Amino acid sequence: MFYQIEMKMKNLLILLITIVSAGMVNAQIKVAGTVKDNRGHWVIGASIQVKGSYDGGVSDSTGHFSFKTFEKGVQVITVSNVGYKTAEQNVTIGSDALEMAFVIKEEISELKAVTVTAGSFEAGDKKRAATVLSSLDVVTTGGANADISAVVKTLPGAQQVGEQEGLFVRGGAGYETKQFIDGTMVNNPYFSSVPDLAQRGRFSPFLFKGTVFSTGGYSALYGQALSSALILESVDVPERSEASASISPIFLGAGLQEVAKDKKSSWGMQYNYTNVAAYFALVPQSIDYFKVPEYHAADANFRIKTKKSGIIKYYTTFSTNQLGIRRPNIDDPSLKNAFALQNTNWYQNLSWRENIGNGWKMNLGLSYSTDKNTISNEIQNQNNQHIVSGLVWIDSTNFNLKTRGDLSQIKAVFDKRLSGISVIRFGGEYQYSYNRSQYNTYNALLPDHFKALFSEADLYITNDLAAKVGARFEQSSLISKTNIAPRLSLAYKTGQGGQMSIAFGTFYQKPENTYLYATTRFGYTKATHYIINYIKNTTLQTFRVEAFYKKYDDLVKTYPAFNNSGSGYAKGIELYWRDKKTIQGLDYWISYSYLDTKRDYLNYPQQLQPNFAADHTASLVMKRFVSSWNTGFNFTYSYATGRPYYNIMNKGTGYTIGDQGKTIDYNSLGFSMNYLASLGKAYAVFVASVTNVFNSNQVFGYNYSHDGTRKEAVTPAAPRFIFLGVFLSWGVDRRQDAINNNL
Amino acid sequence: MKQLLIVISMFFCGMVSAQSKYDAAMARGLEQFKTAKTADDMSAASAFFERVADAEKDKWLPYYYAAYTNHLVGWMNPKADKDKVAEKSKDLIAKAEVIEHNNSEIFCLRQMVAIQQMTVDPMARWQTYGSEGTRALESTTKADPNNPRIYFLNGQTLMNTPEAFGGGKAVAKKLFEKSLELYKIFQPASPFHPNWGKEEAEKLLAQCQ
Repeated sequence: MFYQIEMKMKNLLILLITIVSAGMVNAQIKVAGTVKDNRGHWVIGASIQVKGSYDGGVSDSTGHFSFKTFEKGVQVITVSNVGYKTAEQNVTIGSDALEMAFVIKEEISELKAVTVTAGSFEAGDKKRAATVLSSLDVVTTGGANADISAVVKTLPGAQQVGEQEGLFVRGGAGYETKQFIDGTMVNNPYFSSVPDLAQRGRFSPFLFKGTVFSTGGYSALYGQALSSALILESVDVPERSEASASISPIFLGAGLQEVAKDKKSSWGMQYNYTNVAAYFALVPQSIDYFKVPEYHAADANFRIKTKKSGIIKYYTTFSTNQLGIRRPNIDDPSLKNAFALQNTNWYQNLSWRENIGNGWKMNLGLSYSTDKNTISNEIQNQNNQHIVSGLVWIDSTNFNLKTRGDLSQIKAVFDKRLSGISVIRFGGEYQYSYNRSQYNTYNALLPDHFKALFSEADLYITNDLAAKVGARFEQSSLISKTNIAPRLSLAYKTGQGGQMSIAFGTFYQKPENTYLYATTRFGYTKATHYIINYIKNTTLQTFRVEAFYKKYDDLVKTYPAFNNSGSGYAKGIELYWRDKKTIQGLDYWISYSYLDTKRDYLNYPQQLQPNFAADHTASLVMKRFVSSWNTGFNFTYSYATGRPYYNIMNKGTGYTIGDQGKTIDYNSLGFSMNYLASLGKAYAVFVASVTNVFNSNQVFGYNYSHDGTRKEAVTPAAPRFIFLGVFLSWGVDRRQDAINNNL
Repeated sequence: MKQLLIVISMFFCGMVSAQSKYDAAMARGLEQFKTAKTADDMSAASAFFERVADAEKDKWLPYYYAAYTNHLVGWMNPKADKDKVAEKSKDLIAKAEVIEHNNSEIFCLRQMVAIQQMTVDPMARWQTYGSEGTRALESTTKADPNNPRIYFLNGQTLMNTPEAFGGGKAVAKKLFEKSLELYKIFQPASPFHPNWGKEEAEKLLAQCQ
């Protein structure tokens, strides 16, 4: 019995040995080979596997792989890699080593595909490839005082214009740049104009998660901007509830942001009061303020996430401000010009973004704004009393102006995803604008029903080649004219992180209200853009070079008649380099713009380089956050060559240039410092900021007396602006709730 | 009779080897992972786990380890493109999630990958990847609040976050203490289930003192 079992065991043992040794005899077979992509480049890190077994290998830095397998007979070898379509090949594994060559195809994916970027600087992290500026950059740019436009001016394409607000892009006037919040146009993005003093933007950078600065060739979704579009996308539901306060000698503010427990919705409100009286008492100004600038601003918002990962956002802001300044009259220095301004502005924006199924998306935007100004200029004597000089060119500068500008608009954009990642987009907008003005006793009213339809397709032909094709149709009831504007851009990937783009487009814009008040018998002004650029992007570095040619047609002329007979051109080349890599902890960017532009518009006697255009503009922005000190240091240096100035005079026989010249070069060094600390339960950010650190003499142009014999430089109200402030926030960090509940 | 016995024993052998083949592979993979000295060794371990996972199809652990080791490559190779590494890690995590839903350990991986991507450019990325990490921690806490790795990972992140943003050693210390308490009672479901982090937690706690 025992023997029998032993025999059986022996048999079993023999059997087992046979099985095992069979394997041994069969030994492992070597499988080696190469993996390339469809462009013939080696693929590194692809996984090669005998399907269904554990045997396989990984391709090395030269695309080669080699492994051994026990598998036999007909097998499937698979090759897979992230971002590629998995390839399979049938083989028969016999007793000989195998040599195989694989080609795997890239999948068209948003991460890898080229992005059409000609003309636009994208900020925010939606598309990593195109990220140039993040929203945080706006508040940490030295000397910019958290003003979005001031930061955008450090990018190529924008001019260093300090005597009026607005972005002067590639030979375009300030009003040729429009701002859009969540898709809809903003009528009054800046505080009301004051002669020779640029005003800040109304919107805080903290409202936006992404900013796209497009210097030309932009999408058919945007119109009524000849030169540039600043596209701002507001933040979604924030991560945390918080109360905040800001304290500085210039302003006081308080705010509240409440996020629901489920983080599906939030609401918030804020109030700010700005008064520069204390500051002006300390820092002498070149201007006599009889009403010190004073601002009240309140805003409120709510944001609700919808079920299908959509979101509804509402934002409103109400502000009033006033100021009064007295400056010597240029025609008679014994007299003064007393300029006073009072402004009330209410803006509201409602947007709804929704996935409506089947690859369809909807973006709906509604906005309403109303803006009221009461402006006056009075000729006064040395005792600040109104007097009549008896000279018509002086007395005619007395005025009382009341304006009201309302804009109501609705815009709908529908998105449909086609095969792969290609998208078709179309929609329409309707704007009703109502502008009323009372200049002394002269009344004018400009109502306009403006309609636009647009359609655009993002076509990804391969991962390396993409096209954006679109067109826009517009109709304005005020000038009773229509237009069709085609837009086209192409992008081609030239290699790892590198891409070339070209863009073409026509852009139309209604003449400014100032001219429409005189007559509405105008057509659209027109610009045609041709752009070519090259971008090389790695995670921490960006290099970009762009050349453009822009042709202006149908610009507004005011002499010899009010019509569209103006014209012009702009061409140039721009460079941008941003680097967060070379020096650990230092983030810097350099931008340079060369601009050659001339235009014949308004009362220009011929094509001239406009007074807002410098030939060369450059900026260097540096930021460093020293973690051990919890302090960030930020420097911005901007330089521009002198701009032309003209005294265009009418001596009865038409306009001629009485005098002309170039201003001195512009230099400005801005500095800011932010120190982060905890004050009790509050997080505090202490900010110190100085503009024009070196007190460089800045001249933006010249004003001339009526007879042209006197000229005066236009300079900033004070060469240097110093800001000190502390921003406090008491956060209820919802992010930690889930974990803290378990502690 | 003899033949029948052989057939039965062969069948039995087959059964055992099918089971033990996976076990042996996991053991081999974990050995490869524990002895990995260079980024290349770790890559090889990750690729091995991935092959095991692809062959098995219904087991999440090999995908888990493939992702975990792949993410470690991102730290071991200072020149690695962390975004590319993360893309691969996320791909593997997604495959694990298809097999195993709502698993606390897998959510922990998501947090680790997000934090790795954040470190590329913390100033610019903390808003996106930082909150992606915290969302993952929320999910993992919901799935299993007694997983010690949650508190270890959160502590690790907060330890490296400036105090002004709610981080710092004092905050992290509490979390490491909590995680060590849980490590004391933590029992992995099998020898192959995740069971790491205790030594690291002890080390970091010491740094917080």
